[in-house]
Amino acid sequence: MFPSRFEYVAPRSLEEALSTLAGRGDEAKVLAGGQSLIPLLKLRFASPALIVDLNRVPGLSYLEESDGHLRIGALARNRDVVASQTLEAGYPTIAAAAPLVSDPIVRNLGTVAGSLAHADPAGDWGSVMLALGAEVTVRSASGDRTIPVADFLVDTFTTSLEPTEVITEIRVPKPEGSSGGTYLKLERKVGDFATVAVAVQLALDDGRIGRAGIALTAVGPKNIQAIDAERSLAGAEPTPESFQEAARLAADAASPISDVRGSADYKRAVVRTFVQRGLDRALELARAS
Amino acid sequence: MKRIAVTVNGTRRESEVEPRQLLVIHLREDLGLTGTKIGCDTTSCGACTVLIDGKSVKSCNVLAVQADGREVTTIEGLAADGTMHPLQEAFRNNHGLQCGYCTPGMIMAALSLIDAGTPLEDEEDIRLALEGNLCRCTGYQNIVKSIKDAAGQMRSSASA
Repeated sequence: MFPSRFEYVAPRSLEEALSTLAGRGDEAKVLAGGQSLIPLLKLRFASPALIVDLNRVPGLSYLEESDGHLRIGALARNRDVVASQTLEAGYPTIAAAAPLVSDPIVRNLGTVAGSLAHADPAGDWGSVMLALGAEVTVRSASGDRTIPVADFLVDTFTTSLEPTEVITEIRVPKPEGSSGGTYLKLERKVGDFATVAVAVQLALDDGRIGRAGIALTAVGPKNIQAIDAERSLAGAEPTPESFQEAARLAADAASPISDVRGSADYKRAVVRTFVQRGLDRALELARAS
Repeated sequence: MKRIAVTVNGTRRESEVEPRQLLVIHLREDLGLTGTKIGCDTTSCGACTVLIDGKSVKSCNVLAVQADGREVTTIEGLAADGTMHPLQEAFRNNHGLQCGYCTPGMIMAALSLIDAGTPLEDEEDIRLALEGNLCRCTGYQNIVKSIKDAAGQMRSSASA
């Protein structure tokens, strides 16, 4: 399989990339890791006239903590996230998700930012970032803007990124106080997209639940933030009953379809089980932190 | 057309390629390096795995222009002066191949894992680390054995 013909540029600076996009953004696609984009090109689901390859732009590969945030640069690879030692303690949800993204070879190239920009409802990072309340910083020739992930992910393969913009970084607020979280993923076979996956983040405030983040993968047109489930937990005691209720509400928020990976009912049942298990694990980590 | 220069197995190779040319096709058809195989052509099976700057990639999912200025290593680049690489030797000794189609990808993936310091001490680690490579003969037992053997040898000789 071959992509359609396209023109290719590999700018050496972000300014150069942005000025290209300012003129021709409508007909261009931005290439980072390419692990989702190139298959789309090969299958001719996308046939852009121009590919703007960001990989020669220096200074976008960082993964660092500063001003109370984990900052993930546009070219930080999934491999870098898996290898990062600092995430296990502060960001267990990210640490749990990273090794479950595709396979080690794909993770050598694939980026977190590219996964978000691709906005596949079966993508893992969308749910993780929703549960963590992350933001996406994007830049165009006319300046920066910061978009909460919940507003960034609009629909299947659709984001609020303008054709003239690129993602420069993802900003994850450092979970405060006693907090924990995890990512649970059901795969038909290793390396497959999720049948269902669930990201859970929990913060304790004086023994009660403070902020709760719950988001669902592969059970709707996009990564779904289970808002009612989150609200039911805020301020509640972390009891088996409150977790059960949250799991029920999260399953209600899912709108899976029946397909080769399972029936809609089955997937909804998995959401319920995973949210409950995820909350148990998050609580355990929060109490230990 | 785009002019690129890729160092392939230590030799600088200059070519004119269409931007849409995939790296695997460039290696096989432009450079004649047919050791790298095309299996699924959809980034699932890992038969086309090569190294770019020492890290494994699925070359059916990388554009040749992306490799401009980089170092690419294929299965043809492993044996030195007629002596097989320890991974090749281990695959031979442990019957790590049946039809052989997945073998170049398995070996390149394993090389990248060994170099990256990925834990490969027990079978479980190896199976997990190899999730991006499929063997249609399902000859995993001996593939795992081969990699365990090679990783042990390569790491003990590296630390000696």
